Amino acid sequence: METRPSASPPLWLLAELTYRCPLQCPYCSNPVEMAAADRELATEDWQRVLREARQLGAAQLGFSGGEPLVRQDLELLVAEARRLGFYSNLITSGVGLTHERVVGLREAGLDHIQISFQSAEDEVSALLSGSSKAFAHKLAMAEAVKSAGYPMVLNFVLHRHNIDQVDRIIQLASDLGADYVELANTQYHGWALLNRDELMPSREQLIHAEQVTNAWRQENPDGMRLYFVVPDYYEERPKPCMNGWGQMFLAVAPDGMALPCHSARGLPLQFPNVRDFDLETIWRHSDAFNAYRGYDWMQEPCRSCPEKERDFGGCRCQAFALTGDPTQADPVCTKSEQRGLIDTALAAANCHATGGTSLMYRSLQASRDILASQS
Amino acid sequence: MNRDLIPSLNKHFRMQWEEAQGCYVLLYPEGMVKLNESAGLILACVDGQQTVADIISDLAARFPDVEGIAIDIEEFMATASAQRWIELA
Ligand code: SF4
Ligand code: SF4
Repeated sequence: METRPSASPPLWLLAELTYRCPLQCPYCSNPVEMAAADRELATEDWQRVLREARQLGAAQLGFSGGEPLVRQDLELLVAEARRLGFYSNLITSGVGLTHERVVGLREAGLDHIQISFQSAEDEVSALLSGSSKAFAHKLAMAEAVKSAGYPMVLNFVLHRHNIDQVDRIIQLASDLGADYVELANTQYHGWALLNRDELMPSREQLIHAEQVTNAWRQENPDGMRLYFVVPDYYEERPKPCMNGWGQMFLAVAPDGMALPCHSARGLPLQFPNVRDFDLETIWRHSDAFNAYRGYDWMQEPCRSCPEKERDFGGCRCQAFALTGDPTQADPVCTKSEQRGLIDTALAAANCHATGGTSLMYRSLQASRDILASQS
Repeated sequence: MNRDLIPSLNKHFRMQWEEAQGCYVLLYPEGMVKLNESAGLILACVDGQQTVADIISDLAARFPDVEGIAIDIEEFMATASAQRWIELA
């Protein structure tokens, strides 16, 4: 273990309370191996994690999962977060939310609820979430969130099967009175990577959706804020993933594993567990959090690249998942010798047209099957 | 700027002092802005009661050596309102 005094505080804590979830979104970014991490932290463990994170300087807190509402102690954790001075965000599918919980969480001190939608339509929602009742419930809950006085943030994960509906999605969000709307293209980690050929939109689809979004912004300069997140495969430079490894973001998985990025579990590193170490030790001294801090770990072309301070060589998880080596440049970068991997994936996805019939749905059972087939 | 306007913090935002960062921050859904010293001082006066004129005279009294403080405050109010941190009513 080594100390790098340069470690800035983890401003963001993501508390992934559980991998349990009533939905089965094939674009879910949870790790495919999630069934191996089924021993969830207890309420007291989470309360301690919150206290330690706040002491290190964390101010933003996300409760996510899986579906965090599955945890019946969510209200207790929200109350502790409020007492400590966090700004707390609940990131939910809305399934499991009731009018009582919307109000109860507000009273406990929750600042914001983000509801994610699969689409602006019932049928596509059912195809993508594996549930035919979810859509109507989400609409009702979005209204409940609004009337309880929370800022309304709606999240739509975009992919080939819903991206052409962006105009209807924006209309739906506007009708619901949203304050912020995330039009977030799928990021290809976890289950989404398994389903990449089925989910990747075409370049034409992407350009069209961006045009629709920009047109709406121009017509409604004082309207709700739209955030459009492009899929990095269509870019020439990678995203500055997490603003740099171990720089400001700390995720704690349901089983207590501490991660510098919520998709990092699959990397060949020994990630520390909050059951064994306090967060300060983990954040400042663990080998895993120090592994890709700074620039010394880089290979060419990143090592001598003038852009490394902007993108930090991109996403370690994507580099590992696609090239097998987490210290390579993110293959999205056109300076990477492995950029061909991305172009091949785009070409494969663009000629793959099954209309959604070969989607692999996310579930703990599917995860167990995958684990069994690996061993 | 009409100095009779009353600024109030966007109800979805929270402002608080962060010891670890040594500054005031504004917190909002999934985001955070660090405020520099003068922005923090001005926003700390925004309480939904005082007018822009009140805030100017308050800060001018506290910082008599700062030249052009009224202009700085007006400019900040304009920016903060464009960013939707505050509402001017
Ligand atoms: S993306 Fe879908 S399946 Fe994954 S956790 Fe969220 S709601 Fe559940
Ligand atoms: S070579 Fe590496 S550091 Fe340079 S732009 Fe590409 S990914 Fe970023």
